[in-house]
Amino acid sequence: MKGGRAVHVAGVGLHPFGRFDGKDVTRLGQHAVREALAEAGVGRGGFGAAFCGTVYTGVAAGHKVLSGLGLSGVPIVNVEAGCASGGAALSLGAAAIASGQHDRVLVFGMEKMPRGIIRSSFFPPWCEEAGLSPAPAYFALRARRLMLESGVTREHLARVSVKNHANGVDNPFAMFRKPFTTEQVLASQVVCDPLTLYMLCSPNEGAAAVVLSCEPGPVGPPVRVLASVLRSHRPGSVLGEHTPMSGLPGAEPPTPTETAAREAWEQAGIDPRDLDLAEVQDTDSGREILSVEELGLCERGGGGRFVEDGVGERTGRLPVNPSGGLLSKGEPLGASALGQVVELAWQLRGSAGPRQVEGARLALGHTVGRGANASVVVLGR
Amino acid sequence: MPPIARRWYPDPVSQVPIHPGLFTLPGDPRGPRLLAARCPSCAGLHFPAGETCPYCGTDGCREEAIGAEGRLWLWTAVRTAPPGYRGPVPYGFGVVDLPEGLRIVSRLASAEVERLREGQAVDLVIEPLFTNDAGDEVLSFAYAPREAR
Ligand SMILES: [Zn+2]
Repeated sequence: MKGGRAVHVAGVGLHPFGRFDGKDVTRLGQHAVREALAEAGVGRGGFGAAFCGTVYTGVAAGHKVLSGLGLSGVPIVNVEAGCASGGAALSLGAAAIASGQHDRVLVFGMEKMPRGIIRSSFFPPWCEEAGLSPAPAYFALRARRLMLESGVTREHLARVSVKNHANGVDNPFAMFRKPFTTEQVLASQVVCDPLTLYMLCSPNEGAAAVVLSCEPGPVGPPVRVLASVLRSHRPGSVLGEHTPMSGLPGAEPPTPTETAAREAWEQAGIDPRDLDLAEVQDTDSGREILSVEELGLCERGGGGRFVEDGVGERTGRLPVNPSGGLLSKGEPLGASALGQVVELAWQLRGSAGPRQVEGARLALGHTVGRGANASVVVLGR
Repeated sequence: MPPIARRWYPDPVSQVPIHPGLFTLPGDPRGPRLLAARCPSCAGLHFPAGETCPYCGTDGCREEAIGAEGRLWLWTAVRTAPPGYRGPVPYGFGVVDLPEGLRIVSRLASAEVERLREGQAVDLVIEPLFTNDAGDEVLSFAYAPREAR
């Protein structure tokens, strides 16, 4: 990373995303951690610190994972930053390598989400009683705004879902591996107009881990972390993931995704037009289009056109969510950002199998959620 | 102010706000209003009212009763009761711009999304949302599309 030592992805591990009754979150985390350490050829004493991203797991979540494997003793930092928790953990780990504080660190994330609409301790009880808390309703308001301001249609929203579910068919780590047609997506149950059931991702379970190192790992062509940035919201907007009850008309401060992206291009020293693929937050179809706009992968207001032109299709100029995204993988909050990093590392090594984007050299990961928090990660080889 | 509708219960039914300090109560001479607060430094409005300005951090924000009417900006309808919610479904949900200079997230009194449009005039209503375990009508706020009333 700019102004520091190179940060290599020396090993990766991924527990599939889905529902795993009878398997607790600690076991999910251990699965991913063991894989990443094994690939990096590292054991006890082989990493100087560990950073664990999780939201719903409770006290000392990362400590439980590592102490069960006889790997405690090093500093273990548990990080909560909503949907960007894994990205937050990665930014701490990457900074520790870049600055020379540690030569090798372990970064992991895991989650076992409650079922149904996610209940959050974020809102005061009266907001829940008054019906002001449901996440899909906020997603729907953002999608409505895209329809009003970015030329986005219901068909475009459906097409994002069709694309991601089609991509997910080839991903053995995804929860939903069934393709849908545009008609099926549009005909599925209306959750919050204009969003239908198949346009929304499901909270679920999973874990991901990476070993970061100042030197390349033993497997595959070296993959480096060129930028890892976390940002929070600024006040004024009512549409941000910080979901305030009020804001100021016409106030459009830069979103956390916009500010994180700007810093990431600077840190990585890249032009986003040179990206070969992107894994972005797609909690709902509209969120993917908004993410593309906020990241500057198309112009502001150009989201409808971006979908219409098929830019983000697997065969397009910039494949977006070739893994299937959260729409097909499901969303285990603490694991989702690092799940992207694992997928991107495979893409850059050329080992993504049927999902491979040929010749990928520069890749983007993005998550945004409650806080609000946004993380932007750039990997390169 | 217009009387609060008491269609479903005989008088006297006691009414309680869903949370204190959010809006004016029936009988208040100001009529139905939201209780926002204005910053003495940057003049920004925020809701629910708090002493400290969320835009600049200045203390000493002063309560202002606002929002009798506004314009609809964004809207949707919630069809399945979210966790903790105690009112009827479906219900409208949206964002309203108030002329005093506040953009607010609110329930909408109509869930007919196909009849709602950007810029539509809406009026504040303080209405019973559900009956609590003590038998009181619990009041909350919503914006009602003017044409739909
Ligand atoms: Zn202020």
